[in-house]
Amino acid sequence: MLTKRIIPCLDIKNGRTVKGVNFVDLRDAGDPVELADAYSKAGADELVFLDISATEERRKTLAALVLKVAEKVNIPFTVGGGISSIEDVDVLLQNGADKVSINSSAVKNPQLINDLVGKFGSQCITVAIDAKQIDGKWIVHLVGGKVPTELDLFDWAKEVEKRGAGEILFTSMDHDGTKDGFANEALSILSEELNIPIIASGGAGNVQHFVDTFKKGKADAALAASVFHFKEIEIKNLKKNLQDNKIPVRL
Amino acid sequence: MKIVIINYGAGNIQSIKFAIQRLGYEAILSNDPEEIKAADKIIFPGVGEASSAMHKLRDSGLDRLIPKLEQPVLGICLGMQLMCNYTEEGNTEGLGIFDVSVVRFDNQVKVPQIGWNQIESLASPLFDGILENEHIYLVHSYYAPVTKDTVAKTHYGITYSTALQKDNFYGTQFHPEKSSVVGEKILKNFLKL
Repeated sequence: MLTKRIIPCLDIKNGRTVKGVNFVDLRDAGDPVELADAYSKAGADELVFLDISATEERRKTLAALVLKVAEKVNIPFTVGGGISSIEDVDVLLQNGADKVSINSSAVKNPQLINDLVGKFGSQCITVAIDAKQIDGKWIVHLVGGKVPTELDLFDWAKEVEKRGAGEILFTSMDHDGTKDGFANEALSILSEELNIPIIASGGAGNVQHFVDTFKKGKADAALAASVFHFKEIEIKNLKKNLQDNKIPVRL
Repeated sequence: MKIVIINYGAGNIQSIKFAIQRLGYEAILSNDPEEIKAADKIIFPGVGEASSAMHKLRDSGLDRLIPKLEQPVLGICLGMQLMCNYTEEGNTEGLGIFDVSVVRFDNQVKVPQIGWNQIESLASPLFDGILENEHIYLVHSYYAPVTKDTVAKTHYGITYSTALQKDNFYGTQFHPEKSSVVGEKILKNFLKL
């Protein structure tokens, strides 16, 4: 049976992991390669690297990092952050990334999705969508949730699917950082109205939140950062709990 | 041992090269027919769209070379699909090694299938030491139905072939290079054939 995926997300700045990480057995928790290797051994199903660098050399630094991760890690990984062209994607895939995730650049130029899918295939193009509720409506936001657009979450998600994206990474800005659980109502609508996999993001605080996002939110995968980085949740233990709740996982 | 990964411009071959490196071997990337013919083991990768990948094979003449190879050949993902008679994707004629046609998942399930699923009915030396129902990583929208060459099966809405074998030709729909320790073991089994 296809299992539900657990995905730790690593924020990267200038080739280093950003958020403080509580991995006592690591020599260098700021080293994304070492951290990625530790997560893959701990049972993560996939990894996401989100680059938040703003320097001129960011493309080169990120490409070099991807190559080092690919050399070491034997599970799939996705790279996102500031990707806006076919050339950006080409370099990352050539260096060993399995998928790339695009966000603002797709909103600004939706044709980019078609172009990337045409060149590289649906299977490696993830579209990340950040949204929050304004007057009861889910509105797509840019720049980490700071800038609202005119797009409705569900309309945009359907367009993204129609343009050929392989999956959607949906982050609820209302839930992100709250540790109060995922946006399961919106997630379940996405999952029912679309026919591509949906990754839930934003709000993970405890094991029950993951159970809920798979059962109520009907998510195909769940992404989190700090609960894993600070070892508030151990992936093996999380997966055992999911299995006890009859949710298929890879143990 | 000389290992060649066929490099015809279709996708992520770096990961396969690294996976082989982690097993303690070196692989070279090549599209040179002489170099491919001289290899002990050949890996035929592929991600992306079938018709454009097949075009690239034809342009380099590799479409005629590959079916004639006599050493062990492992097709991975789209590589495996192109070794079949035909694929619905882009209405593409394949290399005709495996006598089966590749079709698209219907919309009863989410397409593409992305993630870790299980393999069963294992019937190839590729799976020596691998238990039934181990998890492997898949990402695909098209599949090869079960046929006489099927050596591993997986359920996703229907039951289909996740590995095929005929004579010296092997194919896996899953990515051994991304399937953690299970995948590494399968890759190692191939290199030891």
